[in-house]
Amino acid sequence: MSSADIYREIILDYYRNPRNFGKLENPDIAMRDSNPLCGDELEMHINIKDNKVSDVKFTGKGCAISQASASMLTELIMGKDFEYVKKLAKEDILDNLGLPDLGPARIKCALLSLKVLKYGVYSYLTEKLKDTASADKIKEEATKLF
Amino acid sequence: MQASALNIENIRSDFPILQRKVHNNKSLIYFDNAATTQKPIQVIDAIRNYYLNYNSNIHRAVHQLAVEATAAFELTRDKIAKFINAKNREEIIFVRNTTEAINLISYSWGRQNVQKDDIVVTTEYEHHSNIVPWQLLTKEKGAKLQYIGVDDNGELILDQLDSYLETGRVKLVTFSHMSNVLGTISLTEEIIQKCHEKGVKVLVDAAQSVPHMKVDVQKMDCDFFAFSAHKMLGPTGVGVLWARKEILDSMPPFNGGGDMIREVHKYETSWNDLPYKFEAGTPNIADVIGFSAAIDYLERMGMDKVREHEVELTKYALEKMSLVKGIVLYGTRDMTKRGGVISFNLGDIHPHDLATIMDEDGIAIRSGHHCAQVLMERLDVAATSRASFYIYNTKEEVDAFIRSLNRAGELFRI
Repeated sequence: MSSADIYREIILDYYRNPRNFGKLENPDIAMRDSNPLCGDELEMHINIKDNKVSDVKFTGKGCAISQASASMLTELIMGKDFEYVKKLAKEDILDNLGLPDLGPARIKCALLSLKVLKYGVYSYLTEKLKDTASADKIKEEATKLF
Repeated sequence: MQASALNIENIRSDFPILQRKVHNNKSLIYFDNAATTQKPIQVIDAIRNYYLNYNSNIHRAVHQLAVEATAAFELTRDKIAKFINAKNREEIIFVRNTTEAINLISYSWGRQNVQKDDIVVTTEYEHHSNIVPWQLLTKEKGAKLQYIGVDDNGELILDQLDSYLETGRVKLVTFSHMSNVLGTISLTEEIIQKCHEKGVKVLVDAAQSVPHMKVDVQKMDCDFFAFSAHKMLGPTGVGVLWARKEILDSMPPFNGGGDMIREVHKYETSWNDLPYKFEAGTPNIADVIGFSAAIDYLERMGMDKVREHEVELTKYALEKMSLVKGIVLYGTRDMTKRGGVISFNLGDIHPHDLATIMDEDGIAIRSGHHCAQVLMERLDVAATSRASFYIYNTKEEVDAFIRSLNRAGELFRI
């Protein structure tokens, strides 16, 4: 992908004006991770009500790809069923970003948000729902992302 | 090709990799030399020749291959001793890299000499390799780790060193001869003099300086000195620890095993002489021999010429970069105080995004925290971009780099 394809208006807009940027008070899910190679940081807060995402916010610092990816992911899951969130895969995130062919050097930037989300879902399944079978599956998916 | 202290055209023809194309047939512009440099054909041939013609273990066997390999390996030690003007060849210890040299000092000398409530002093512009080993040591011993700060010009605040030294508890001061992020050249001799007046030992991390300027460990008068082959045309996997003979003699071994022993009995062992006491196990013979060719290469050019070339190129780059809209340059503009490493940011473009855009133009720069997160905190940035030069880089390449910077600025509408 050429950089003109990557850094489209919409990615720059989400980078500079991130939607759902911030924190929630006492969220049901709070998860933070960083990419040790580049220092990108991301924290995601989610509230779950009636098995749906009732609110979601994120904070972080990093490159345009990682921040736009996180912001777009919050929009993607807002109001959605928890089951839908559990099933989100790598391809969904890349398609959502419009970057299906991101190369190996930068794909981690795009997937950090999904990794944080999956670990968050894992902690929710383990601690709140006591569903260890589903939790272990999510954790494995998260580990495999990068 | 514009005039330079070096014959760049000839030099470039010795580096086959510089002929390769990247991304849609773009010429490679390699500006990541502070991370590792490219290797001339002479170095590659020396390694190949060893494996093709005299591959053998060293120091033990009596057959011809072993004699030839031992001679080539030990000749490198002599060349290095001369290159940094060490008094004794036995003071040159082969390790894997600068990081291993620093860890060796920390484990061997540090454990013996640093006790509870003692102080180890490092600086805010150190690479993680000159911070983490000292965190490990001071935590283990209940000692303290203190930092010499960096001012807004990217230089060390030496008044802070004075106040640490006044406590009388400092055992070691350890710092980079040249910062891998800012390019700042430390006031090395002044620091060493201050420390020695108080009987404090000094370690100089020379990973970024030895490749780029003439160094003389006797004139500098430090106690420990470390650098890596791969940042000076040599192969990866070879580093050098230099220390004063009397200090090395007083230090216990770091690794136990073959080659470092005189006699081994069931429960007791006597140590081999220097430098072998610190070189347990089969060393990286091929790459030490490759390093020999790298030193020959640099000696032929002359380190003063290398420095002259880089000063010229860095000055040129800084002047051109300062005209780019939205640029932020870190570190001093005084070329007598810095080397060919330029850290910068462009508007609100994250360094990883900038590096991706420049990579597309065939330009290899580094982006991120450069293993110096303490300094990133001090500069109050998450990351920077870094361009770093070596003997084969040209002003034409700098011009292409500036064009690419401007293109990135346009893409991001800076």
